[in-house]
Amino acid sequence: MKWGVLQFPGSCDERDALNACLIAEASLGGGGSDSGSRLVWHEETDLSGLDGIVVPGGFSYGDYLRAGAIARFSPAMTAVAEFAADGGPVLGICNGFQVLCESGLLPGALLTNERTRFICRQGDLIVGDANSPFLSELEPGQKISIPFKHQSGRFFAPPELLEEIESNNQVAFRYAPGHNPNGSLNDIAGVTNRAGNVLGLMPHPEHAVEEFAGSTDGLGLFRGPALAGAEA
Amino acid sequence: MIQARVLIRPKEGILDAQGKAVEGALPALGFDGIEHVRVGRIVELRAESADRLEELCEKLLANPLIEDYEIETIAE
Repeated sequence: MKWGVLQFPGSCDERDALNACLIAEASLGGGGSDSGSRLVWHEETDLSGLDGIVVPGGFSYGDYLRAGAIARFSPAMTAVAEFAADGGPVLGICNGFQVLCESGLLPGALLTNERTRFICRQGDLIVGDANSPFLSELEPGQKISIPFKHQSGRFFAPPELLEEIESNNQVAFRYAPGHNPNGSLNDIAGVTNRAGNVLGLMPHPEHAVEEFAGSTDGLGLFRGPALAGAEA
Repeated sequence: MIQARVLIRPKEGILDAQGKAVEGALPALGFDGIEHVRVGRIVELRAESADRLEELCEKLLANPLIEDYEIETIAE
């Protein structure tokens, strides 16, 4: 499976994300440095040959105006919207989640943390009941431990939209009891689109794919699409 | 050209963490009796016409899910 990891001016987690993709591929018997997975500069418009996309964390375009607001207008994001519409798997992490929400590819918005502080610590998530290729290796109710690292991660949706997200089973992850770090509604840490092929979450699975990091619980998300056979 | 000012603020009912932080600092600075502080932003711009300013607000300057906006023309 060939991954494309977007790179905006101000991205900072794209190399860890690409590394996670390569480790996931290697664990499935593929990958390697010549696998074809690569970074995708924000001005690129051609995603042909890629099977999955990661919109990584960081501070795209300085996060001016609102986090993710300007990145959504980049040429690469126009291509990602088409890729997603065709059913291609798209994973947004942290700033990438914010970009996908601003783009309308995912429901909701992310507000400044309740206590305004930047959070940087390991925490627990509970896998939701969303149906997504990224979750194919994870069971609903399963607990995973990965880093939380953000200042604008408070998930918000107006009541009707929140009800829709819940009733359509679009919650991919919730913060475990006592682990909601930011005041997110319904403890939501990640959601999917209706079809399930687009998933965004605030915590960082790409920083938890190797033993030295203290947890490899993030790896499943990157193995998921290949296991689900969901290549675009 | 017209000159316009767009005022963007968090929707009523949404916890405004920035406003709350500002409010929390006031007593220590000796400002009493001030409450319900809300922090928004102002965007000033010049445009050939006001025709597409609303669209600009909906698509970029504000996120209608969480923010309200007002467009004010300050000079023709």
